[in-house]
Amino acid sequence: MIDHDIVERVLSSATRTGADFAELYAEDKRSTSASFDDGRVEQVNTGRDRGAGIRVISGDTTGYAYTADLSEPGLLAAAAAAAAAARGGGGGARIISLTGDGRPTRPSVALAPDGISKASKVELLLRVDEAARSMGPEIVQVSAGYGDSRKRVLIANTDGLFVGDEQVRVLMRVSAVADGDAGMQTGYQSMGHTTGWEIFDTVDVTALAREAARQAITKLSARPAPSGTLPVVIEHGSGGVLFHEACGHGLEADLVAKGASVYAGKSGQLVASPLVTLVDDGTMPGEWGTLGIDDEGHSTQRNVLIQDGVLTDYMYDHIRSVREGRAPSGNGRRQSYQHLPMVRMTNTFVLDGTDDPADIVSATDHGVYVAKLGGGSVNTATGDFVFGMTEAYLIENGRITAPLRDGNLTGNGPQVLADIDMLGNDFAMGGPGTCGKDGQGVPVGDGQPTLRVKALTVGGTAA
Amino acid sequence: MSELVSIADRIVGAATTDEQVEAFVARGGETEIRVYEGQIEHYVSAQSEGIGVRVIRDGRTGFAYAGALDDPEEVLAEARSNVEFSTVDEWAGLAVDDGVETSRLELWNDALSGTATDDKIALALELERLSAGFDDRVRVDDANYVDMHAESAVATSTGIRRSGRENGCYVSVSTLADERGETQTGFGFSVGRCLDDLDPERAAREASDRATRLLGATKPSSGRLTVVFDPLVTAQFLSVLASTLNGEAVVKGRSLFRDRLGTEIAASTFTLIDDPTDVRAYSAAEVDGEGLATRRNVLIRDGVLQQFVHSSYSARRADTVSTANAVRGGFSSTPGVGVLALQPVPGTRSQAEIIAGIDHGLLVQSVSGIHSGVNPISGDFSTGAAGLMISNGEVSTPVREFTIASTLQRMLADVVEVGSDLEWLPMRAAGLTLVIDDITLSGA
Repeated sequence: MIDHDIVERVLSSATRTGADFAELYAEDKRSTSASFDDGRVEQVNTGRDRGAGIRVISGDTTGYAYTADLSEPGLLAAAAAAAAAARGGGGGARIISLTGDGRPTRPSVALAPDGISKASKVELLLRVDEAARSMGPEIVQVSAGYGDSRKRVLIANTDGLFVGDEQVRVLMRVSAVADGDAGMQTGYQSMGHTTGWEIFDTVDVTALAREAARQAITKLSARPAPSGTLPVVIEHGSGGVLFHEACGHGLEADLVAKGASVYAGKSGQLVASPLVTLVDDGTMPGEWGTLGIDDEGHSTQRNVLIQDGVLTDYMYDHIRSVREGRAPSGNGRRQSYQHLPMVRMTNTFVLDGTDDPADIVSATDHGVYVAKLGGGSVNTATGDFVFGMTEAYLIENGRITAPLRDGNLTGNGPQVLADIDMLGNDFAMGGPGTCGKDGQGVPVGDGQPTLRVKALTVGGTAA
Repeated sequence: MSELVSIADRIVGAATTDEQVEAFVARGGETEIRVYEGQIEHYVSAQSEGIGVRVIRDGRTGFAYAGALDDPEEVLAEARSNVEFSTVDEWAGLAVDDGVETSRLELWNDALSGTATDDKIALALELERLSAGFDDRVRVDDANYVDMHAESAVATSTGIRRSGRENGCYVSVSTLADERGETQTGFGFSVGRCLDDLDPERAAREASDRATRLLGATKPSSGRLTVVFDPLVTAQFLSVLASTLNGEAVVKGRSLFRDRLGTEIAASTFTLIDDPTDVRAYSAAEVDGEGLATRRNVLIRDGVLQQFVHSSYSARRADTVSTANAVRGGFSSTPGVGVLALQPVPGTRSQAEIIAGIDHGLLVQSVSGIHSGVNPISGDFSTGAAGLMISNGEVSTPVREFTIASTLQRMLADVVEVGSDLEWLPMRAAGLTLVIDDITLSGA
């Protein structure tokens, strides 16, 4: 994407005011999306984003500038802007010697989606619509989307790093609206993978569509969710977002360093039920949060954050790992070349326990069974979080009974982690997520076995 | 500016007689300065530009974009190559000028574009110093100065040719208040079109007060009660409500108010206007995403639903005219439909006067998860919240870690009072104090 010698000259120029560190991140991304709604393929959209961001760190100050101009003069201008912004002290330009060849180190996907015809992509959407509508006359509206992207990145820095990666993603989503006597209800399903078109050999998109339609139809007879604090059972593969919010963000070293996390200073302490082992792993093949290298050029890895309830480690980016004198953990990520990297999760999940999922329900006298969670958010400083339930049922006398209307659940992270009293043996990853920390969206994965939290606040309206 | 217009002209000029072509060309920049403990934590200086092209032929639509201005012909060719894959839509088409006169708005301020970097840095540092200075329990998580400028041109083969530019800035601060091992958070901000418009002292005081007044907050007990929304919370509520008034949702059968035009959907105290021609609004604009002149649209008057917001497409399907509510997320997508600058019509009493008349209630200072817990299609509303209980006409104990729930339909009907304190916010809705009669609180 950019010649080795040019990268060296740009980095050298970026440090001419005596900066401690400089980095170039360049990307070239091509994407295709197709949207379907209201019985029609609305449009096919193709796009190209290409540019580079230059980061210069001097003391505690980071300067950042980006440009869509990848020529040497364009990059030198961005380097000058970033260096000026970082306002380095004395010193002078450093001689930069890069090692590596800046090419992707891992094999690319089997079938690059940009080599697949647009007609095939559109055909998937037609099948999704038909499958969703086949579930019953209650389905009055279906919308669906397909998206793929291939992003080549090149990252080089003044430590001599010079690496590349190719990141391919494929995404499908479908939402269905059902209409009944008590108004409309919605169902939603999605799948996203860091694979090529070959994913459709194993994933049946019509099953995704039927599931979204089933959800919407089921909810037509839903009653208002309870209001109050109850035991909540969360189905496997549907609630990993709970851990992303309840503790994942609080284990990001940038928030910890500022004392803006309830988990600051808790390393080595019991922060969760001893049933809980929490892992963040950017290497899982094909998952939505998977990367070969993070967006600072470091290899992703499997990081155990909580082991048997004990906090073992936080997640780090370049800045935090340098300041704390430790190795990076592969968690420096950014939305695009237009954004500064920061500490982010990849795929975050809880490992299997030993309970039979059926026993978890039957052991619950009165509570809520959540079959699908929506998005959520957390205040890391207090630990208070919320997340939405988009498919849920009452549990009465150990059995799953009436469907419930949508609502939020709320709790406090450390308290909820301690309150996990049953953990299933049926681990599954969930659907693709987008984490929006500080306004930057990055793809993340999550997963968990079926589990029970003995007390969560259910935000419905029924007494 | 003229460069963007000429690129748009070049693309549209290449349109053949059997196709409609729309070109949207944009360029912008942003400065973001974050300070922490008296130092610049980061300084981001950014420029971006791009082209989006929409082509419609025989009722089929194709779109393509590029994040660069150097090859408009390739973007047009890509958009053309995407046309054949969409389904014929008899209503597909670009906007046509409807003769509505453009309101001339002062959206560009030379004073901002001429401001020295050092002054911006000084302002961020001042904000941080002020925020930590009101109360020794308060520290600052981050203090930010941000400014942006944007220029764009839109042209179509149906005769639309518009361009404009705008700039603006804001400061924001996040605070942490610590006491006896407990931490609470607060935030404050101030928005304007130049540095003189900004009020860092007020932002700092609000951020300090918001954090400290939640210290000692407990989980309240469940029950039903009257809630008072702070202006920012009201604005978030209106932003969610807006999707039920969206003409595209109406024509596609997704709005719960789709059959309610001309009927009462809210309490008679409630009037809601979308007015992007009001220059006080952060999102004020002269033209919408399709290049039509923006206009003042009354959506709900005295509780009665007057109209939905429409783009040219949704209007054609609904057999009405565009309200100039096409919205663009940038050059990388086609315009959708949405409100541009909502504002409720204010009442007569301040928040303090309103609270003085409430025996038992809740002042909601912040909500969270409004997008995960609100379903604008079914109307179910449930959100996490923090705030202060109201007892005998005064705010009393702080509360947190609970939800409030109702439905959008009921909440509109349960509006008992609208405050006088209209507040302009960095979003597509203004806020004010709003009192809703009967909401379910889920707590302990």
